[in-house]
Amino acid sequence: MSTTTTAVQQTKPVAVVTVREHISNYVSRLRGGDLGALPAVLGLVVLCLAFTIMRPVFLSAGNFANLFTQGAAVTVIAMGLVFVLLIGEIDLSAGFASGVCAAVLANLATLLGYPWYIAVAAAIATGVLIGLVLGLLVAKIGIPSFVVTLAAFLAFQGVVLLLIEGGTNVSIRNEALLAIANRNLPPLLGWLMVAGGAGGYAAVQLMRYRKRTARSLATEPITVVFARIAVLTLLLSAAVYLLNLERSRNPLLVSLKGVPVVVPIIALLLVAGTFVLRRTAYGRHVYAVGGNREAARRAGINVDRIRISAFAICSGMAAIGGIIAASRAASVDANTGGSKVLLYAVGAAVIGGTSLFGGKGRVLDAVLGGAVVAVIDNGMGLMGYSSGVKYILTGLVLLLAAGVDALSRRRATASGG
Amino acid sequence: MPATPLLELRGIDKNFGPVQVLRDVSLSVPPGEVTALVGDNGAGKSTLVKCISGIHPVDGGELYFEGRPVTIGNPRDAAALGIEVVYQDLALCDNLDIVQNMFLGREKRNGIVLDEPTMEQMAAETLDGLSVRTVASLRQHVSSLSGGQRQTVAIAKAVLWNSRLVILDEPTAALGVAQTAQVLELVRRLADNGLAVILISHNMNDVFAVSDRIAALYLGQMVAAVKTTEVTHAQVVELITTGRNDGRGPAPDHEAPYADNVASGANP
Repeated sequence: MSTTTTAVQQTKPVAVVTVREHISNYVSRLRGGDLGALPAVLGLVVLCLAFTIMRPVFLSAGNFANLFTQGAAVTVIAMGLVFVLLIGEIDLSAGFASGVCAAVLANLATLLGYPWYIAVAAAIATGVLIGLVLGLLVAKIGIPSFVVTLAAFLAFQGVVLLLIEGGTNVSIRNEALLAIANRNLPPLLGWLMVAGGAGGYAAVQLMRYRKRTARSLATEPITVVFARIAVLTLLLSAAVYLLNLERSRNPLLVSLKGVPVVVPIIALLLVAGTFVLRRTAYGRHVYAVGGNREAARRAGINVDRIRISAFAICSGMAAIGGIIAASRAASVDANTGGSKVLLYAVGAAVIGGTSLFGGKGRVLDAVLGGAVVAVIDNGMGLMGYSSGVKYILTGLVLLLAAGVDALSRRRATASGG
Repeated sequence: MPATPLLELRGIDKNFGPVQVLRDVSLSVPPGEVTALVGDNGAGKSTLVKCISGIHPVDGGELYFEGRPVTIGNPRDAAALGIEVVYQDLALCDNLDIVQNMFLGREKRNGIVLDEPTMEQMAAETLDGLSVRTVASLRQHVSSLSGGQRQTVAIAKAVLWNSRLVILDEPTAALGVAQTAQVLELVRRLADNGLAVILISHNMNDVFAVSDRIAALYLGQMVAAVKTTEVTHAQVVELITTGRNDGRGPAPDHEAPYADNVASGANP
């Protein structure tokens, strides 16, 4: 089999790739410094194993569901940050931007009595507006994003205080808003989601495979395509099975099972963000601006527009993160989006594999990194460690991730020479 | 039939404030030939290229493309005429693969979705057309390519768009010996495929290896435009450093260069 393959390759430089070649290609990419999601996935597995061994309750259905609701807000903010990090900028204000948007939401929904969807729309619009202003200041006036967003970080802290009138809090009472981070989907709907997600993924992958083979372009071996589909289906099924288990301490009084509502929200944002970055010209231009701004400009890309839009997307996602945080806490106070939220979000994106140097990263990174951060937070909590230890460990993991990023960059430069 | 020059410049002036960078520059660029543009640092080579590619508007003079007068106000105008510039090192994004780089800013789409198979196929055909066989996969990141391969990709990117005139700014400046030979061969092939090529270079070996004509700028003026076969290294170096042309080619401030040998339209 291998001899026929090489013969084909000689006549047509790229045609059939065997599984073995595919794996060896992957290994050489790793060696070349293109680690992708590997460090985050490995870290996640190691952490989960360690916590499960030390505290078996870690893997219980109840705790598993907690992980999602605990990590959701940070993960969504991190997804937005990926866009800003991709263009080689930073948004330090994303945390308090989410706080401002949550305060707008709470004011409209609770104090002024608007319907929940108007409050949500207004909160997201506020986020997008914040991002547009930040982006304009960075792209058009040329203030470094670090400074602009540091100023915004301070100012938004004040805005939150003013919006909720000095130190008190505004509670969220609307049932629909509370459902976001506190309710679960009916078990059947969870399984339908698995079917839809896995089926959709399979359809996209197989269609791509067919299109490329029809034009005799290089493709992954079909075995690898099927393997990926199988792994995804398996993972989704396992997760939904766990989440559909009864996790109430007293099921006769109140039943608690099903996929948390935030999970499909994150899944939807993940698919949408991935689509935008990987399958549209806009996404391609975001990478180009992050990789080589001058080359992007000379290719006719409107660099300023891309930069401004990245900030708008980031703050818009921060707004969604703020809404989730408000829903989970059932209230908004001066600390919503404050303290460690931003640091965890930046940490999540970087731990997932998004580069602080720009041009490299995926929305999936934010989800993987968000999971790592949530697992550390949750697991250390179960082990009874104080916040101090949690912060130190998270800081070390972030440092490790940034180190891996820097080293893999050096490796890539070296192998490209 | 006398070949019309693809691009003809007549009396181009360009000032930056009080500084006159180009003075009455005339140049004609025939298709199917490599025109080397030489000159010392600050002679105005880059400015001239930027005027042709629409980055700087000209302050005076006329441009003719295939005999028709044109104005090139921005890079899009230049691209629409089929003028592509390959810059020394600013052309590619390291974090994108070869296909993505070649179509950057001009992606093929199906609705809003990128049409990757079509782009990959077109990229492969273009590289095949240039007989480039040195890259392993079109989907490898540019960061993993050697200097020569990167320059090859940059040139292929310029050719992809049915371009008529390709301007290369110091394409071999950062390359080793073997890679330089590779790129020069590619430059020659562009001209043999019927494109007009302007090659900016400091390297006399490159100029003599690949060019059909040499145009020399000295302090913003065109001091000579000669056939490569009619001059020696030493004479070109003298042109570059002193601007003296010993009666070769038209003296500065005269009518269009090549007036004497346009009629022959000779292809080597």
